[in-house]
Parts: sequence; structure tokens; C-alpha cells
Amino acid sequence: MRAVIAEDSVLLRVGLVKVLEMAGFLVAADVGDADALLTAVDQHRPELALIDVRMPPSFTDEGVRAALVIRRQWPRTAVVLLSQYVEERYAADLLTAHTDGVGYLLKQRVADVEDFIAAVRRVADGGTALDPEVVAQLLLRRRSDPLSRLTPREREVLALMAEGRSNAGIAEALVVSDSAVAKHINNIFAKLALPAADADHRRVLAVLQFLGAAPPN
Amino acid sequence: MRNFRTLRRAFLRARRDTGFVAAGIPLHLALASQWVWGVTIVLKANAWAVVPIPFALFLVGIPTLTAVQRHRCRALLGVDVPRPAPTPERRWPRRAVRWLSSARTWRQVGYHLLLGPLLAAVELLVLAAWAAAVAGVTAFGYASALPVYQTLLCTAGGVVLLCVAPWLAGATARTEARLAPALLGPSRNERLRRRVEHLAESRTDLIEAVDSERRRIERDLHDGTQQRLVSLAVNLGLARATLTDLPDDARTAIDEAHREAKEAIAELNDLVRGLHPAVLEDRGLDAALSGLAARVPLPVGVRVDIGERAAPVVESVAYFVVSEALANVTKHARATRAEVTVERIGKLLRVNVTDDGSGGADASAGSGLNGLARRVGSVDGTFRVSSPAGGPTTLIAELPCEL
Repeated sequence: MRAVIAEDSVLLRVGLVKVLEMAGFLVAADVGDADALLTAVDQHRPELALIDVRMPPSFTDEGVRAALVIRRQWPRTAVVLLSQYVEERYAADLLTAHTDGVGYLLKQRVADVEDFIAAVRRVADGGTALDPEVVAQLLLRRRSDPLSRLTPREREVLALMAEGRSNAGIAEALVVSDSAVAKHINNIFAKLALPAADADHRRVLAVLQFLGAAPPN
Repeated sequence: MRNFRTLRRAFLRARRDTGFVAAGIPLHLALASQWVWGVTIVLKANAWAVVPIPFALFLVGIPTLTAVQRHRCRALLGVDVPRPAPTPERRWPRRAVRWLSSARTWRQVGYHLLLGPLLAAVELLVLAAWAAAVAGVTAFGYASALPVYQTLLCTAGGVVLLCVAPWLAGATARTEARLAPALLGPSRNERLRRRVEHLAESRTDLIEAVDSERRRIERDLHDGTQQRLVSLAVNLGLARATLTDLPDDARTAIDEAHREAKEAIAELNDLVRGLHPAVLEDRGLDAALSGLAARVPLPVGVRVDIGERAAPVVESVAYFVVSEALANVTKHARATRAEVTVERIGKLLRVNVTDDGSGGADASAGSGLNGLARRVGSVDGTFRVSSPAGGPTTLIAELPCEL
């Protein structure tokens, strides 16, 4: 799989190249700003773009805007945003438009190389990866809606779903059995009154509702 | 040698004082002439109706006279007579009315018209004392016709006057140096008002300077140290993941280093957040406070309703208040939840942090609350804590949105 990296700090860019190479990606290009990123994605059509949120020239949300362009123009390229701090609006912008192949992580997570690689692979395979801190902050905001009917355990499970984990991953993280997780998830679906269509679709809807990106139905 | 220096200083001082006093004579006499003019009109022509004319001429001349006196004080004595604030009104008739009705104009009139002739008399006396002193001590030179004892008397008188004249000149100069600023300068009220304005301005500058310095440090740490630490941690993480065939103690060392690097990043993040979080500058209070609340280990409701953003300094004080308050809640309050609201009431930003804990917070003892009150006070805000034993604790800070 090929990847493109956009990060303005040269030091960190070198580190990211090494990490992605270790994860088995072929780094086709590593650039320092959003324009160069779009050119590189257009040229290489990678499976993954790893993008810093703050980049020149204005150091605000260049990365987020580039990520939205990439997801729209080249849907086969998954994007992972790296941010210095949690900005829930960025995460919401990204997740409102797309529910697969997106990730939003804090920069310091890169240091946990194994976890970071797992998250990046998950996104490249079409999954999602949200930073636990992003999730915690979103959870804080959405307290007054149907989500308030969830038990603390169910909220934990939903938060892990939002991070992009599978049932097995959730079971491992909470140290419970797979069937217990399935039961929690069914309770969540019931409490959020999600239609009994296929499981993946309901899962995405639950996460979206959790993130406040979709209105409760 | 020492005596010589003392003598020289005394001489220089006497010269300065006398020069100052002498320069005052024509100025003050000029005013005395107004009196002569006025009195003559009345006595000779018995024409009371014409009296206002010299007086009006005098009034017109007041600003110039005052300026000349101010210059005399500064140039000859080194005493600064501050210039009163200019009359704010621009258009002529109203400006004149304002000028005529202000107390400081009449203080100047008093100085020039009443005190002036008196001062002129004293100043003339000083010069006369000098003249007599010189005449006395040099009596031997020209008074050979007089009997010797009279000449001796003259000389003795001259010597005494030579000692008295500098003292008299000094006393006159000192008195004038006090009178001129009091009557020609701004009044006490005006001086205080100006001082307060100046202090308020310089305090605002200082606070803004401190705040922008915090931001600069934040940026430097973020762009430099933080990136370097993350990069270090990434490399150590890579080493840990790839170097699997190392001896155990080498692996332990790498694990340890990796963990330390990650802790250093976390500590640096906390430090930077305490200084001035980047999210506050970029996204404002709402985003920064929810980030803060999400890291507190108990449920915190956040509601920010302020419309347009407040001044950066005010935002950072508000952030600091909530940050400290939540830290206190976590540490001391045994609370199960907390509420943070920030709202704009007119020109005030009102920050309210409430928890359902055990209460009993004390703002007086050298606590964090004390520091909070100081920081709020630095932007002219008010700070209240209500924390009865048994709770709940409510902390309210009201800050001006603009400095």
C-alpha cells in the first residue's frame, strides 16, 4: 500500500515516514503543505494520506480542508488527520462527510508506535480511528440527548465503537467476552431506536449520533 | 580642598538663585504696571467703566505670561511646572467660556496679578541686598573721604549682607519654585487623574505584554521542544518495535526511555496548556474549555454563550479561572459533577463554576483561590466565592470584555 505524508515539521515527518514504512506502507511522497499534498495525492493515488491539521501558510485548518478535498475527489484514499490538540469541529467536519476511511488522532499518539500503526491500518482498510481524547470531549458535549439513557458501560462501548474498534477489539479493551459486547451493542441500538437494517449501517449511525454529526431519528 | 568645593557649590547655587530671581523682576513688574494703569485710570479720570480694558488685555496675555514663567522655572532653576491639559473644546466662543470658567485660569490670574507685584518687590529687595553688599565690602576703594570708623561700619555691613543676600535669594527662589507649580501647573485633582490614567494605561500594556510573552513561549515550546520530543518518542518506539532480538536489559532500557519520552510529552502538554493553550488562541473559549473539561475525571457541563470573542487577555484570564477552579474541584471538593458557564452580560464576561462537593473553600488563606482573585483583579474583574460547609461551591468571576 502506498501513502503520502503532509507535515510541516521536518523532524516529525522523518519519524512518520519511518513509522509508515515499518507498518508496511510505501511512502510515495512526504510534503510540507496542503497544496503539495493535493498534487502528490493526484499524482500517486495512494491508499492513505497522513495529514497534519496545522500547516503553512495560515497554520489553522489547512489539513482539514485538504482532507475533505481528498475524500471527495479521490474516495479510494483514506485520510488520517494529526492534530496538536482536540478540535471537535474538525472531527465533526470530517465525519459528517465521510464515515469510512477517516481518522483523527493527536500527534503524541504516534509515539505509541504499535497502537498508531494499528489505527492507521484500520483507516487504510476503510475503518475509522478517533483519538480517545476526541471521543471524551465529544461525549462531554452530547449529554442531553438519547445518549443520556445509556449506562456508563454502554457509553464506554459506544466510545470504543467511535474510535473504530471491532467487537473483538472492544471486548479486549474492556476485558469482557465477545457476547457481552454484542449484548451491549444491541442495547445501544435499541435505546437509540436505530432501525434493524444490516449491522454495519446501524453501527455507523450509532457512532454518528454519538458524535452529534447526525440528528437522532 | 573640601572647603573649596563647598564654597564653589555655594557660589554656583547663589548665582543660579540670583539669576532666577533677577529674571523674575521684569516679568512681575510688567504685571505691576497693570495695577498702576488701572489705579491711574480710576484716580485721575475717575473712569470706572474703562477698568475692564487693562484687565481684559491682561487676560489675553495670560497664556503667554504663564508659558514664559514656566520656561523661566525650567531654564534657570531646573523646576518643571507641568503644563495643564489643553481645553478640550475646539470652537472659539465656547472654548473661551470654558477657559474663563475653569479654576486653573483664575489660579493663574491670582499668581500674575496679585502675587506678581509682591514677588517683584521681594525680588527687588534681593537685588538691593546684593548691591548693598557689594557697595559695602568695596567701601575702602571709594569712601576715603569718610571717617575710618564709618568706612569700617560700611564694610562690616557689606560682609553681613554678603552672607544674607545668597540666603535671601535662595529662600525666594525656593518659595517661587513651590508657588509656580501649585498655581500655574495642573491642580492636584488633575494631576491625580492624569496619574491614574497613565497607571491604568501602563498596567494594561504590562498585562498584554505578559500575555503575549506567554503565547510566544507556548509557540516556541510547541514548534521546537514538543516536535523534538515527539520525534524522539517515535524513534524510541520504532526501536522498541523493531529491535526484538536485543538482550533483556537493553530492551528494558529502551522501554524505559520510550516511557519517559512519552511522559515528558504529556508533562510538556500540561505546561503549555497552563501557559496559553493554542486552541484558545485559534478557536476561542468554547473549544478550549470543553477540552479542559474533558480531561477532568468527573462529569463537567460546559456552556459558553458569548457571541463575539473577548480581548485575548480576558479570554486567557477566563480560561485560567476555569482551569484552576476545576483543578480545585478535583482535588478538594469530593464532588460528583461540576458546571461551567461563560456568558456575556453587556460589557462583562461572566464565568461561573459550580460543583456539588463538600464546600468550605477558603479564598483568604494563601490558596489557589487567592491567586485567582489576583489574576482576575489584574484586568479589573471581580471575583466571588460562595462555599458554605456542606456545599455547594460557586465561584463567579466577572471580567470586562475589553480592556
